[in-house]
Amino acid sequence: MKLNNNSIFSKILYFFKRRIVLFLIASIIVMLIIMLLHTFDILNSYIIQIINVSLVYVILAVSLNLINGFTGQFSIGHMGFAAVGAYTSATITTLLLKITPTSLPNYIIFILALLAGGCLAGLTGFIIGFPSLRLKGDYLAIMTLGFGEIIRTIFNNINFVGGPRGLLGIPKFSTFPIIFITSILTIIIIRNLVFSTHGRALLSIRENEVASELVGVDTTKYKILAFVIGAFFAGIGGGLLAHLIQIAHPTQFGFMYSILVLIMVYAGGMGSISGSVIAAFVLTFLSEGLRVALASLSDLLKFPVGDQWRMVIYSLLLIFIMLFRTEGLMGMKELKFLIPEEEDIHGKCS
Amino acid sequence: MKRNLMFILFTLVVVLLIGFAFAGCKKEAKEIVIGGVGPVSGEAATFGQSTKEGCELAVEEWNAAGGLLGKTIKLIYQDDKGDPTEAATVWTKLITQDKVAAIVGTAMSKCSLAGAPISQQYKVPMISPTSTNPKVTEVGDYIFRACFIDPFQGTIGAKFAYENLNARKAACIFDVGNDYTKGLSEFFRDKFTELGGTIVAFEAHPTGTTDFKAQLTKIIAAKPDVIYISDYYNDVALIAKQARELGFNGPLVGGDGWDSPDLVKIGGTAVENGYFTNHFSKDDPRPIVQEFVKKYQAKFGKVPDAFAALAYDAMYIMLDAIKRAGSTDPEKIKKALAETNINVVSGLVTFDKNRNPIKSAVIIAIKNGQQVYQATVNP
Amino acid sequence: MDISTILQQIFNGLQLGSIYALIALGYTMVYGIVRLINFAHGDFYMIGAYASYGLFFAIGTLVASSFSGPTAAIVLFLIILIGSMISGGAIALLANQFAYKPLRNKPRLSSLITAIGVSMFLEYFLSALPVVGPSYRGFPELIKKATYNFGPAIVSNYVLLDLGVAAVLMIFLTVLVKYTKIGKAMRAVSQDKDAAKLMGINIESVIATTFLIGGSFAGVAGLLAGLTYPRIYPYMGILPGLKAFIAAVLGGIGNIPGAMLGSYIMGIVETFATAMNSLIGEGIAFAILIIVLLFRPQGLLGEKVADKI
Repeated sequence: MKLNNNSIFSKILYFFKRRIVLFLIASIIVMLIIMLLHTFDILNSYIIQIINVSLVYVILAVSLNLINGFTGQFSIGHMGFAAVGAYTSATITTLLLKITPTSLPNYIIFILALLAGGCLAGLTGFIIGFPSLRLKGDYLAIMTLGFGEIIRTIFNNINFVGGPRGLLGIPKFSTFPIIFITSILTIIIIRNLVFSTHGRALLSIRENEVASELVGVDTTKYKILAFVIGAFFAGIGGGLLAHLIQIAHPTQFGFMYSILVLIMVYAGGMGSISGSVIAAFVLTFLSEGLRVALASLSDLLKFPVGDQWRMVIYSLLLIFIMLFRTEGLMGMKELKFLIPEEEDIHGKCS
Repeated sequence: MKRNLMFILFTLVVVLLIGFAFAGCKKEAKEIVIGGVGPVSGEAATFGQSTKEGCELAVEEWNAAGGLLGKTIKLIYQDDKGDPTEAATVWTKLITQDKVAAIVGTAMSKCSLAGAPISQQYKVPMISPTSTNPKVTEVGDYIFRACFIDPFQGTIGAKFAYENLNARKAACIFDVGNDYTKGLSEFFRDKFTELGGTIVAFEAHPTGTTDFKAQLTKIIAAKPDVIYISDYYNDVALIAKQARELGFNGPLVGGDGWDSPDLVKIGGTAVENGYFTNHFSKDDPRPIVQEFVKKYQAKFGKVPDAFAALAYDAMYIMLDAIKRAGSTDPEKIKKALAETNINVVSGLVTFDKNRNPIKSAVIIAIKNGQQVYQATVNP
Repeated sequence: MDISTILQQIFNGLQLGSIYALIALGYTMVYGIVRLINFAHGDFYMIGAYASYGLFFAIGTLVASSFSGPTAAIVLFLIILIGSMISGGAIALLANQFAYKPLRNKPRLSSLITAIGVSMFLEYFLSALPVVGPSYRGFPELIKKATYNFGPAIVSNYVLLDLGVAAVLMIFLTVLVKYTKIGKAMRAVSQDKDAAKLMGINIESVIATTFLIGGSFAGVAGLLAGLTYPRIYPYMGILPGLKAFIAAVLGGIGNIPGAMLGSYIMGIVETFATAMNSLIGEGIAFAILIIVLLFRPQGLLGEKVADKI
């Protein structure tokens, strides 16, 4: 009797001691603090906006990391998935709001639309994942790039979603708490996947595909799985972005943006979720922070240093980050928060 | 080493965060802050550069003439890279951190469309110099523009080609990824067919390409009397060159995207026999035009293009509205803007109920490497 | 489409393909030896174009006054050609020294990111630099443009020039890699770096030579592209660089004749896809590429490499 009681109690205690639960609690506290600071205008809307954009990039980078970093595939058309998610969810919300004004609460419509966008993006990932069974490395890269561009061309030519005008009048549903919670969920889901049996299979494909097949890993299934899940979250990220800036435009999902996400994955460290998170924040804050820095520099020198120098410094810093941290900011390591306790016994992995 | 670098990076971020938080605090009462936005880096940088120069010139003139409401005008010009996400961030920065009284920007419609809802939400009046997409000003009553909207220019171009150039068969070429050029071509097509002409080819090209020969071969095989090129000058020059090389000698027609001294510099003799609709002619004897062209040349060492002229106008219209409003109260500025009746470089500007300018267009011909005034068309 | 249009489109495709080939050759050579996707290659091409432009205005009048008639044009063209090669090669060497060399034995994708960084830096730096600036510039007509009637099709002398130079460079590269001592060293480095080192090959100098040659090819491509499409600006390298990369992969990356073949296929496919439906031309071109790659996963002329276990 006594033992039984104790075990329930210890189970609860154990639950709250688990790192992932601590991580969740800590995130929620951080979220509340940021919201509190925003209410007192210590963090103004500008900073909240940058945080929002960073968090969207966190989702995109972490999901790309699953494909590129953990499974060792080389996809450079990630924004194509985001485009599918953005257009799908934005079409749903704008149409629904036009037809049935608020029969359902807005956030439920939004969540359903995001999920629909994610699912359609996942379906696209399923289709694009197939070539990855035949192609490797740079050939796969070209393939994903080609698919990304085809998706963009399609959206550019559908007049129903605005064509080159872009899809307009999207309601601003992406608020800070929604983006924050979604990104934390993305991190936790991908972290759980990576540290599960399935995750081991993904890692084995990265390390040596032939060998992993020989030991009985269904590489076909797992490569497609990585593409589908990665694409699903990219679609969610795209949907959040569209509802954040209230426009979905084909050029927003072009090649250069896929490259930006790719930079975040490798500058953060491939195969490190925390690395992707840090890189997404560092790079986004850097590009905005340089505005302020250049403005104060102009005041200091009494000489106008225009905004055009911002990206020059940004690219130099990017090169320096890679020179000093050759394997990305986090290398292949993970912050302890995100490593399950069981890993400590098995030694370091991933 | 590794730990040090991580530490440095984190401090950097923290310092920037603190910098953000405090940068908003300093504000001098002696200044009226106006925000400017344009793509000064990235592929559209040259358009943003012109826009910036136009804004700077207008602000400088006003400051030299004693400022605005007894205060000096401070222009904070920000880069949006031609990226809607950055535009949304920049708008938020200008409004919530720099506490601007009004915003003049930005060049691309897609970026203005990302900024407009924020302007509307915070009730900060904005005027876009060159966003031609009709939807921009439909976002709300705080959003204005200084340029024509797509239908107007396409229609005038078609009328001119049909009536003055006696063309019966026309072909269009445009940038598939750019709503401005696509819109112009579509309205040209609609008007031209309505007048009784036929469109023999309607061809698109991808953004940033340099080779238009595939499209032009197809166009020329259809034997048009005139080709409507709705692109910007940089593409127009190349398209004209390649069209002439492939044996097309007929007239070329286009929109205000043509207006730049670089058109003739790049296109050379190929752009001869070209006509385009524009906001103003540099030959216009009105003093404000002559003053503008002269001052711009003195300050920046080049002839102004359409982007510079429209940015100058947009800034002028905005400053004039603030002056008439007598304060920086957004409600009053908005009201003053709607009642605008001012003579600027691109003519007498008033706004219609959709906050689009009502102003006349001119048609300009290119003869011997010079822009020659042809006709004025009233709306 | 009638027969004369088709013929004209074939020439259009060949010209486009030649420009791609000029960039793709340097791209694929660097890749074959260093296994680095050098994203900045398109920007070396841009530097070559700007160097030619600057050189023309610096010495154009001087040369015209010292020589007479057609010699002046030829001398000027040759000087500018060499200038573009030197500038392209120099910028490639610098990039190698500062951005790629320190990452030589690190994961391959780290240097991919520095390559993207170098690419961004060159573009934004030139665009921000007041003397260059972001504006479009017209490229001078160094060689007088002439057009020939080739049956019903019209061909300009530039098309022939681009085709000729691309062919010469390809033959030069093939000979260099196959029959010279440095070529042997390059092949050795590409096959097995450590073994090559043990054989007494100075790997770094071989790699530097590779970058020098690849960069100077990009410089020439910049000059020729400037002549053919006379409009230069700091971001001009992005799209052709991307297309050349695709062409190199299509032909089998690292394979020199493959890059040439891939470029011409790209050029012709793009031209005909555009002629078919210009609104979705690019999409069609990419779809065709994907289908080709599905049937030849190692590229058209690439060799199938067995995985090492």
